[in-house]
Amino acid sequence: MNERKVFGRSRSLREAQTHYCPGCGHGVIHRLIAEVIDELGIRESVIGITTIGCAVVAYDYWDFDCVESPHGRGLAVASAVKRVRPKNIVFTYQGDGDLAAIGAGETIHAANRGEDVTVVFVNNSVYGMTGGQMAPTTLIGQRTATTPRGRSVQAEGYPLKISELIAQLDGASYVERCSCDCPKGILKTKAAIKAGFLNQIEGKGFSLIEILSACPTYWNLSPLESMEWMKNSLMKEFPLGRLK
Amino acid sequence: MGREKVLMPGNEAIAQAALDAGCRFYAGYPITPQNEIIAYMALHMPLAGGVFIQSESELAAINMVLGASACGVRAMTSSSSPGISLMQEGISYLAGAQLPAVIVNIMRAGPGLGNIWPAQSDYFQAVKGGGHGDYHCMVIAPSTVQEAYDWTIKAFGLADKYRLPVIILGDGMLGQMMEPLFVAHDGDKRITNHEPRITKSWAATGCKGRPANVVKSFRLQMGDLEQLNEELQEKYSRIKAKEQIAQGLFLDDADIILVAYGTMARMAKDAVNALRDQGLKAGLLRPISLWPFPVDILKQITKKPIKILVVEMSYGQMVEDVKLAVNGRVEVDFLGRSGGGILSPEEITAKAKGLLENE
Repeated sequence: MNERKVFGRSRSLREAQTHYCPGCGHGVIHRLIAEVIDELGIRESVIGITTIGCAVVAYDYWDFDCVESPHGRGLAVASAVKRVRPKNIVFTYQGDGDLAAIGAGETIHAANRGEDVTVVFVNNSVYGMTGGQMAPTTLIGQRTATTPRGRSVQAEGYPLKISELIAQLDGASYVERCSCDCPKGILKTKAAIKAGFLNQIEGKGFSLIEILSACPTYWNLSPLESMEWMKNSLMKEFPLGRLK
Repeated sequence: MGREKVLMPGNEAIAQAALDAGCRFYAGYPITPQNEIIAYMALHMPLAGGVFIQSESELAAINMVLGASACGVRAMTSSSSPGISLMQEGISYLAGAQLPAVIVNIMRAGPGLGNIWPAQSDYFQAVKGGGHGDYHCMVIAPSTVQEAYDWTIKAFGLADKYRLPVIILGDGMLGQMMEPLFVAHDGDKRITNHEPRITKSWAATGCKGRPANVVKSFRLQMGDLEQLNEELQEKYSRIKAKEQIAQGLFLDDADIILVAYGTMARMAKDAVNALRDQGLKAGLLRPISLWPFPVDILKQITKKPIKILVVEMSYGQMVEDVKLAVNGRVEVDFLGRSGGGILSPEEITAKAKGLLENE
């Protein structure tokens, strides 16, 4: 019988089990990044910047060079890494709290300087690592540990649409929002990540790929219900598509 | 080749020293009284083939330094007191990830916005940690523009050798005043290679031909973090044993020894000379390394019954380390001003005289 391998571990992934909850999007997104890096043949020149949040230990799952950044400072770290190692491919992996709250300043200024880096921005609308508190991207009415009665406009303001904001900046060259709610969405996400890396390889400047991703644990939903909620609620507030 | 005599303010001497030491990354944010450093770097760093970034904040600046250092590049930032406060988280991460860096604090008076006059009130912050966790930076306090140049070069070697942040602790007076100094002509390696360059096999440069490198301070497992901390403490012990630096003047026969660092030591030296002119046996001990603190020499000189007068541009910070080193063997007095006021040699002389006459 002829056997043909049709699926396996990406070279850029280590042999490790992730610590992520069932239904979490991080594992899928880590894999997509690894696949893209392998397909582009850049594993030996990639430097990943991980930031504080559930995925800070992504370097335990990826098999290429990484630098850990303090909370929110991923794009300050990445700016320097890319400037001193211009031939390397540099990307950050950041959550919504990291990129859009504490790191909003670094994000805007790195984008505005047109730093030639790729940002993978995972938006699951809550702080996962610390126990499901409100993020800048939490939806109006969404209950979290710090909005126990639901996020109110009066007290907490509106969900922050960071991709729309970044797309306005002259320094940003590619901005796209996609989602990991279904196989089609995952394939589109992979294509966007690849476009972001290619953008950098071609020296076109700052690119940001926002990925809507599930956090069933802190949405208090089953993994399956989470996919529905992404489609019916999260995507209404954060429409998918290319912004720049 | 060799040395070239130039006239420069302390801030520019520090920037030139960094370039001569092979610093090829600088990020900074404007703040007085250290703006000559960032301006000098903006002009000269690109000519040296390095990277200059004016960051959006001191938070970004220190984390840019972290990024460049993680790639194995000699990196520096500079600021003044309030900006250094903002950098403390990043400094703690540098210490935790064992990354070399040089951080220049040209101190101004605080607390809060304070003012832009020289002060020494960030001693605790620099020497005792500043950020979170059990860590130390090496802290070097130059007293002249020449020393600011020489020690900035040495700081890069020390940072690489021990893989930790080294703080150059100056003040607005040192940063702003111009003095003649010798600099390395055409980057003369005999002057700029204080420590031989070390291969940084731990750096993130792309994993071509080797296992992947991860530069991090996170240790989730409790045992792992204790191990890192023990490694750090072992390193700090080695530094304490090898790198205590101080300069003494008239220590052998002194009845009273003034202890002062940085620019304050210059006024203290004038006071010592004035006291000697009046027939009083005064001496000066000037710590150059504030961490590690030169405890050994203090232990040695206080074996005799002498008086100690600590003089600072603060309300008493280094004096605590002097007292710890002296450990009650002799009396330790203190004279300090801060908030912009600078002690004159006459004030110091009067205080020392009073202490001697009270016997």
